[in-house]
Amino acid sequence: MAATALKVEDIYKNFGSLEVLRGISLEAYEHDVISILGSSGSGKSTLLRCINLLETPTSGKVYVRGELIKMRELRSGERQAEDRKQVERIRSKLAMVFQQFNLWAHMTVLQNVMEAPVNVLNLPKAEARERAETLLQRVGMLEHKSYYPAHLSGGQMQRAAIARALAMEPDMLLFDEPTSALDPELVGEVLKVIRSLAEEGRTMLVVTHEMGFAREVSSRVIFLDEGLIVESGDPQQVFNSPESDRFREFLVGVFK
Amino acid sequence: MTDVIAYFPLILKGMLLTVEVALLSLLISTLLGMIGALAKLSKSRIAQSIAGTYTTIIRGIPDLVLMTIIFFGGQILLNNIGEKLGWDYIDVSPFVAGFLTIGFIFGAYMTESFRGGILAVSRGEIEAGYAFGMTPFNVFLRITLPAMIRHALPGFGNNWLVLAKTTALVSVIGLQDMVYTAGLAGGSTRKPFTFYCVVAFLFLIITGVSDVGVRWLDRRYSVGVRRA
Repeated sequence: MAATALKVEDIYKNFGSLEVLRGISLEAYEHDVISILGSSGSGKSTLLRCINLLETPTSGKVYVRGELIKMRELRSGERQAEDRKQVERIRSKLAMVFQQFNLWAHMTVLQNVMEAPVNVLNLPKAEARERAETLLQRVGMLEHKSYYPAHLSGGQMQRAAIARALAMEPDMLLFDEPTSALDPELVGEVLKVIRSLAEEGRTMLVVTHEMGFAREVSSRVIFLDEGLIVESGDPQQVFNSPESDRFREFLVGVFK
Repeated sequence: MTDVIAYFPLILKGMLLTVEVALLSLLISTLLGMIGALAKLSKSRIAQSIAGTYTTIIRGIPDLVLMTIIFFGGQILLNNIGEKLGWDYIDVSPFVAGFLTIGFIFGAYMTESFRGGILAVSRGEIEAGYAFGMTPFNVFLRITLPAMIRHALPGFGNNWLVLAKTTALVSVIGLQDMVYTAGLAGGSTRKPFTFYCVVAFLFLIITGVSDVGVRWLDRRYSVGVRRA
């Protein structure tokens, strides 16, 4: 049995009176590729953002490689991370890829990829550059390394963003709908890169609408509905004989 | 013409002083503006209200009134305090008072320009910084600041031009800037029109050079931006 990479225990997240997550528990082992499915508003992005504390869960625990992220309750009843340094250290090991890419617009592709290794991991510039160029080569973006994000297509931006995430040499990759903002014809090039990452055994959580990807690439699929996990398991089993009505409806809608 | 030539070195000296006052004021106002903008955008209610009061009051009072209040009033206030503490009489230099006052006034305008600039930075880019484990300071220095400059630059350039022209007011507190020297020269030669025209021309040179500078900054900080 592989070691536990991530454990989420009974996470709740409210935005005001809106309950987005209503008790989610999840365990990911090393080399797991977990696809998180769900219709919009089901809380799947929020779940991902609770893991690296871009959102602070209203209650519940998050363990990364066995380490509990410390949170404390404020007088207002909201919670916040107790130890900023701990959160920063953990975030540097959980690299995120965003739906809207979120590349830094004032930096070239190369600078984007070098930025966090140099300024967070304190990697010497020469080493960071070498690492960045190797990764850009890998995602097929080396010839665009001097471009600014505004001059790239969505697919190119997302591949650069994936290189930026990989440059942290993270323990786990968090993908937040990585292909949802792309033109349909550009989805393939990005999925190909993500697929190759899965094949080399990286631990990944992927919030996605790509059913083909979820089915073929992931080791586990979970389906969220109204802030709860209503279906979870091996992709073949989940797709071929779903247990919940809600997931069956969802699949019917998707494949219509 | 011979009058102009005779007084020109003096006026040039005044111009140098004008430029000095303007640049020092710019430095102060940029610092205050950055602090003010961060205070207005901070979560702290106290910081917000201090910055809010500052910009509301400063922007609501004419510069000339403020300058005389701060220079003459400040002098008296300082010496009243000094008397109680047993200091010697303090003579505030008009030069220092001049650039501090102008810097203080324009800090309020800069606050608004910078606040707008910071608000225009993409939330996602800032979030990406945090998601990669950057400290809040690094996020500000590496992402928010360079990204906001482009958005704040038009307001900043505009403030600078108005600021440079506002330095003409320091002549009322006795600073021998180029407006003051032109007044002297115009009075003694009885050719005020000529000398104020010279000053106007020199101001145009200052603002013209500034315009080139601002455009250069704009080009520099707009790299990677698609021009429509």
